[in-house]
Amino acid sequence: MHISVEWLREFCPAPLTAPQLRDLITARVATVEGMEALRTDLAPFVVARVVESGKVEGTKLSFNKVDDGSGTLLDVVCGAPNVTVGACYPFARSGTVMPDGLKIEKRKIRGHTSNGMLCSARELGLGQDADGILTLETDAAPGTPLLDVLPVGDVRLLVDVLPNRPDLLSHLGVAREVAAATRLPLGLPRALTSGTSVLVAVTVQGTGRAGGVTVTVDDAVGCPRYAGVLIRGVQVGPSPKWLAARVEATGGRSINNVVDASNYLLHAIGQPTHAFDAKRLSGDAVVVRRARAGETIVTLDGVERKLTPSMLVIADAERPVAIAGVMGGRDSEVTSRTTDLFFEVAYFAPSVVRPTRRALGLSTDASYRFERGIDRADVARALALGVQLIQAVAGGTVEGEPVDVAVAAPAPVAVRLTAARLARVLGIPVSVADAVRHLEAIGFTATAVDAVSAMVHAPSWRVDVQIEDDLIEEVARLHGYDAIPDELRPFRPGVVPDAADHVTAKRIRAALVGAGLHEAKPLPFVAGTDATHARVLNPLAEDEPHLRRSVLESLARRAEYNLSRMQGDVRLFEVGAVFTPREGSALPAERQMAGLLVMGDRRPAHFTDAKPPAFDAWDAKGLAEQLARAIAPHAAISFVAGDGDALWTVSIDGTPRGEVRAVALDAPVWASPAFGVELSIGDTPSAPIAPPGKHAWGTTPVAQSAAPAVRYRPLPTTPAAEFDLALLVPLALEAGAVEAVLRAEGGELLESLVLFDEYRGKGVPEGQRSLAWRLTFRHPDRTLRDKEIDGRRSQLLKALEKQLGVTARTA
Amino acid sequence: MTEITTLAAFRAAADELAASGPARIAAAATADELAEARNALVGRASGRLGALMKALAALPKEDKKAAGEAANTVKATLEALLDARGAALAALAPRGPAIDRSMPARAQWTGTVHPVTQVIEEIEAIFREIGFTVATGPEAESPWYNFAALNFPADHPAMDLHDTLYLGDEAVLRTHTSPVQVRTLQAWQPPIRVLVPGTVYRRDFFDPSHAPAFAQVEGLCVDEGISFVDLKGTLSHFARRFFGATKTRFRPSFFPFTEPSAEMDVACRLCGGRGCAACKQTGWMEILGCGMVHPSVLEAAGVDSARYTGWAFGMGPGRIALQRFGVPDIRLLYDSDVRFLEQFA
Ligand SMILES: [Zn+2]
Repeated sequence: MHISVEWLREFCPAPLTAPQLRDLITARVATVEGMEALRTDLAPFVVARVVESGKVEGTKLSFNKVDDGSGTLLDVVCGAPNVTVGACYPFARSGTVMPDGLKIEKRKIRGHTSNGMLCSARELGLGQDADGILTLETDAAPGTPLLDVLPVGDVRLLVDVLPNRPDLLSHLGVAREVAAATRLPLGLPRALTSGTSVLVAVTVQGTGRAGGVTVTVDDAVGCPRYAGVLIRGVQVGPSPKWLAARVEATGGRSINNVVDASNYLLHAIGQPTHAFDAKRLSGDAVVVRRARAGETIVTLDGVERKLTPSMLVIADAERPVAIAGVMGGRDSEVTSRTTDLFFEVAYFAPSVVRPTRRALGLSTDASYRFERGIDRADVARALALGVQLIQAVAGGTVEGEPVDVAVAAPAPVAVRLTAARLARVLGIPVSVADAVRHLEAIGFTATAVDAVSAMVHAPSWRVDVQIEDDLIEEVARLHGYDAIPDELRPFRPGVVPDAADHVTAKRIRAALVGAGLHEAKPLPFVAGTDATHARVLNPLAEDEPHLRRSVLESLARRAEYNLSRMQGDVRLFEVGAVFTPREGSALPAERQMAGLLVMGDRRPAHFTDAKPPAFDAWDAKGLAEQLARAIAPHAAISFVAGDGDALWTVSIDGTPRGEVRAVALDAPVWASPAFGVELSIGDTPSAPIAPPGKHAWGTTPVAQSAAPAVRYRPLPTTPAAEFDLALLVPLALEAGAVEAVLRAEGGELLESLVLFDEYRGKGVPEGQRSLAWRLTFRHPDRTLRDKEIDGRRSQLLKALEKQLGVTARTA
Repeated sequence: MTEITTLAAFRAAADELAASGPARIAAAATADELAEARNALVGRASGRLGALMKALAALPKEDKKAAGEAANTVKATLEALLDARGAALAALAPRGPAIDRSMPARAQWTGTVHPVTQVIEEIEAIFREIGFTVATGPEAESPWYNFAALNFPADHPAMDLHDTLYLGDEAVLRTHTSPVQVRTLQAWQPPIRVLVPGTVYRRDFFDPSHAPAFAQVEGLCVDEGISFVDLKGTLSHFARRFFGATKTRFRPSFFPFTEPSAEMDVACRLCGGRGCAACKQTGWMEILGCGMVHPSVLEAAGVDSARYTGWAFGMGPGRIALQRFGVPDIRLLYDSDVRFLEQFA
């Protein structure tokens, strides 16, 4: 909402500067997001003092020495009769552009140089001249910007009016709050009170007559109140300057006196109005009805719009002439040839205007206000003010009487306000008397006021006030949020346990950051297909309308992004949600996943290690182990080889949780292979906790802190015995199978088994490889004898040969 | 050296050597000094152990074995210490060509926590200090949790502030973390003090200051006797801890799910409150929206609004990260360019 400070002062004579008003409105009412000087064209002008003055022979001109604060006295020729030595005047230096567009240049006049111009009020666009140049009553030093000493030029405040306060969408509404905060009177501008005709509209139901026009309301739900008046003999033309200035101050454009009067009313009191060219209304009829299928209208903006029966229109005897509450039609627009007006002031229901505005994609100042709710009780007064204003600027006479077709308005909301609730919500005692005083200042009324409570009635324009806490908000902000103390009071700690997925995510982050990976936060939108992916019905990008099923999918795209920027060392991870469509439910199944992707050098290059190896599948398997351990500390982690790009399936305590993959990328030739891991953290249920209006306290299981899965084993007191086994293993035989035999045959005393070497090539027969394990044996109570160890070794070799056909590698 | 003629005297001399030797060894700062110490202590010819061994000859025959053992023990102890010191000095200044110690370390890759997560973690740490825990909830939500339960009137202009991505008539991508307020209130009896970090979605096209998915942190406190004073006190405390802000400002605002509603500003740190381009000349930086939980929200969750009151807030850690780290474009947070991410180590 654009608020003109000058205009605001016509409603409430607050002696506050624009910045003071900005701060007051922000602190008590609604945030002022910006402040714009409307006379920026006056910014280059400065205060200058005339130091010497002399007459130019034979003319009315004077030549003067002028101090403009620059340090050098300037020669300036002036035609005004009132130049006085020692006085200060507005001064335009050479090069200044005047409000009328003229540029002041250095020039010679009658042999005298003139370096600028001393200005009159008229030349500055500040009104008419009485006696020459404008004398400034100021002590300011020469050179001071004119705008600092002369509070001219309106300032526009940009007020961020939120959807609950349509009453602030007018100067009257904002002024009401300023008046309450400053305890100054609230009134209407002279332009609205100095007219002559004050009419009382005739209230009828269903249909009535305004002069020669029949007004019928077919839809009292969409339009519970419709007032109109017929004004004949108006003279449409340019607006007077003051009216144009007001329209422009609110960001509009002056069109003609009648349209400007309508816009003036909208911004002054918040009531949208519309003037039709009465001669263009066929059948002298105005009908408020639903549009008929197939009807169209060309609106004021020249666009032909298709109407549907859900839309409310104003029609004449034949066709729609306006879309109710949204925009008028071009056929009945007021033009310079218009002489008779049908002037409309109505209340259109938000429930009708909002869907129409949305369907047409057409938001106007009027629809914006109707959607939020205007003051239904103010319709008749707005009509009277409108007529007055139109007659003042365009003449004309009212034919017959205005008509006001209305159904009874709902009773105003009455809410009991109690001192107890006030103290409970605000945390400070506020007396009912103080609360009522605050509320009355902005138009509320109170009955049955006593020490503990009052019955409070909201004014007709406060459609947002419904319950006691709404009143408490009014009291709090008028009292001033800053007047409520800012102190820490005793509290009970919360009983809600930490969300498990959040705790797990922290462990994952610590582990993977420690492993040298960067946390990424990619967007979860992907190309996908409807069959496999949950779809966003109104996606931002048509090429990525689906929600991802996999975090690794997002990381792969991010890796490609990095490759396209010549970054080949990519180590990324993410903990985030994935979605899969669910049969019979619009809500997809949602799951928290942890994913990682690595490619490029395994470690930074060093002068001892100029070309570090690239990440390979074993690194990915190791990272998967780390990730799994972070997801489920102490749990058993196992891997099963997969097919193709799926290198391994990873299980935690026997339950498959995800995969290690070779990741196929759209990658340049220089890129290293990419490997990824993605493991599930857990499902995120989206089912309701309890039905609406109900809770489920006591039924939510509190997660027990997990029993320690780790048991202490006594540290060994006896020495270990080690030996290595180098074996010839057929390529088709998995190392895991050999290990299984070694473990089974090694017995209880086998403490550890480490595969430390793989070799293929010279010295190893074709179709085989050499694998070497280091075996460590230990007896808990005594030192193992060499003979025992040798026996164990030959026993193992025998078993391997018998069960797997594996023999020791000799030499 | 006085003449040693008895085993007792021999042992005393050996003990003295064992006691004073280690200090001498430890004092050796170079290989040369250590060689000197070695010579002085255990040198055969001129060392103190050598002298002791010579004295052995003068002892009675029956004492020679015991004295010899004592001397050997001292010798072993000192030689072990000499060797260890030698190894330590060698590690500091190995033989061979001198190394250039300006050369870089053998480094590991350094991982980083995302800047937005860093901000969330800092916020979380502060609220943990004052009794908050962390709650989470689904990102794909029912409209009831996302809107109706939070007192959004059906088809009201308030909805225009939440340009929503729809998955169906009965499914949306949550537009704020506030649905978790309702879920938490339904699941747990107060006292409730929770922080809700999470991803939220808006139908906002990517530009330097908007993203269609972004992080939000919600806070909720509900108990008997919770008031606007608690809201102001707690959030101002947070602002002082997080921003080092001395001044906060609360101004009227509107959210369907709070009443009264407010926005909290902190004094602009760039200009100290005088006004600058960053704060649009107001001297204040907008930090979060907050308010007392609307009674309708409590009732929607089955909580008696006459008995319990509460306050809530919501803030954008992404915007704070942009400010804090001087990042000019929000898209950098999502692009995952490793050259960007690695800056936050
Ligand atoms: Zn600033």
